[in-house]
Amino acid sequence: MDKIPVTFTLNGETVEGLAEPRMLLIHFLRETLGVTGPHIGCETSHCGACTVDMDGRSVKSCTLFAVQASGSEIVTVEGLANPDGTLGVIQEMFREHHGLQCGFCTPGMITRAWRLLQETPNPSEEQVRFGMAGNLCRCTGYQNIVKAVLASAAELNAAKEAAE
Amino acid sequence: MIPAGFEYHRPADLAAAIGILQQHGDEARVVAGGHSLIPMMKLRMAELGHLVDLRDIGELRGIGIAGGTAEIGAMTTQHELIGHGGLASALPVLREAALQIADPQVRYLGTIGGNVANGDPGNDMPAVMQCLGARFRLCGPEGEREVAARDFYEAAFFTARAEEEILSRILIPLPPEGTGQAYVKQKRKIGDYATAAAAVIAGRDSASVAMTNLSDTPVWSAEAGAALAAGHVEGCVEAMLAAIDPQEDMRGPIPFKKHVAAVVLRRAIGAALARRA
Repeated sequence: MDKIPVTFTLNGETVEGLAEPRMLLIHFLRETLGVTGPHIGCETSHCGACTVDMDGRSVKSCTLFAVQASGSEIVTVEGLANPDGTLGVIQEMFREHHGLQCGFCTPGMITRAWRLLQETPNPSEEQVRFGMAGNLCRCTGYQNIVKAVLASAAELNAAKEAAE
Repeated sequence: MIPAGFEYHRPADLAAAIGILQQHGDEARVVAGGHSLIPMMKLRMAELGHLVDLRDIGELRGIGIAGGTAEIGAMTTQHELIGHGGLASALPVLREAALQIADPQVRYLGTIGGNVANGDPGNDMPAVMQCLGARFRLCGPEGEREVAARDFYEAAFFTARAEEEILSRILIPLPPEGTGQAYVKQKRKIGDYATAAAAVIAGRDSASVAMTNLSDTPVWSAEAGAALAAGHVEGCVEAMLAAIDPQEDMRGPIPFKKHVAAVVLRRAIGAALARRA
């Protein structure tokens, strides 16, 4: 099959490349664009390590073709750092609360948490657990991930209040 | 986990999509959210020459509630369904069921149309649609027709939809005010299909009951509904256990599935009756 042009906004910048229709978005991001934040975990739509944000929705980039993403706005974990390259709030809270051990699931966790906290800025612990249910971690037992997301909510809300 | 090659189509309207299906016959498949089809393509269990992506077709979107009927565009995602205030108050069982489907990422892209049209016995919405007495609008080369959800499912992955037809809208009659509604699902873990699940609506003198993943199609039982309408909970359970036909698989042996079916059905009946006004 012929390759077709794919173009979308990635972390605020327009990117383009050629992809066969069967090329998954995760492979396009990692191999064509060299964006290796989103990871390939299970490749079966279960683990969430490949989670990216597409048009305001958390999606598993292993279950989407790159051509389907054409014209969309995509954010990966690379786009969640501060402009000066230091860790963003959610990244910092994952570090501070030991929300990771091996770190493989972390980019997906953080990208998902970012969207969850925009939709639900003051989540309960239960809402965090339900909202993060599409991301698997085989190390932490989730306690510290939940703590990190709750702490992120508090930090983001405090920053918002300070700005007002 | 890379699918075989195919040609990608992204039509802008329904007529163009149907045209592509006519042109390529059984070589072509439509894709809605893709969360059933794309995993199957990656496993090479589904191979197709032409993928027809419905994402740009505005006619397949939108939710309307008017004249005692809710009308839901087939491309409405589970996430959109969950967030719709009008549906949450008129048909809370839809939201309750949608929240038990897969996980957040899947619900952002997975659609109600894909869920009901796929014909997978594991999908949750078919039983909910049978319980509610929904109708499915199908668009094809000859025009539109409607099929009742209770007549739509023929066998696993076989439905009344013809190859050149596309499900465009789902029409659900609103139950009378005060009707209690519930969907209870037992699953092994988040993201799993049901071991057993039950959809129940119960009014003052009417009731309807359907179940998920206990046969090769959803199971709606007129006898079970009639028993519940007459106030006989155990008669309802008995009728439903006679109607289901579970098979042994990794979710358990047949006696276990029948046991779970009875448990979730009693819970769903209890919830629906408690919510009845």
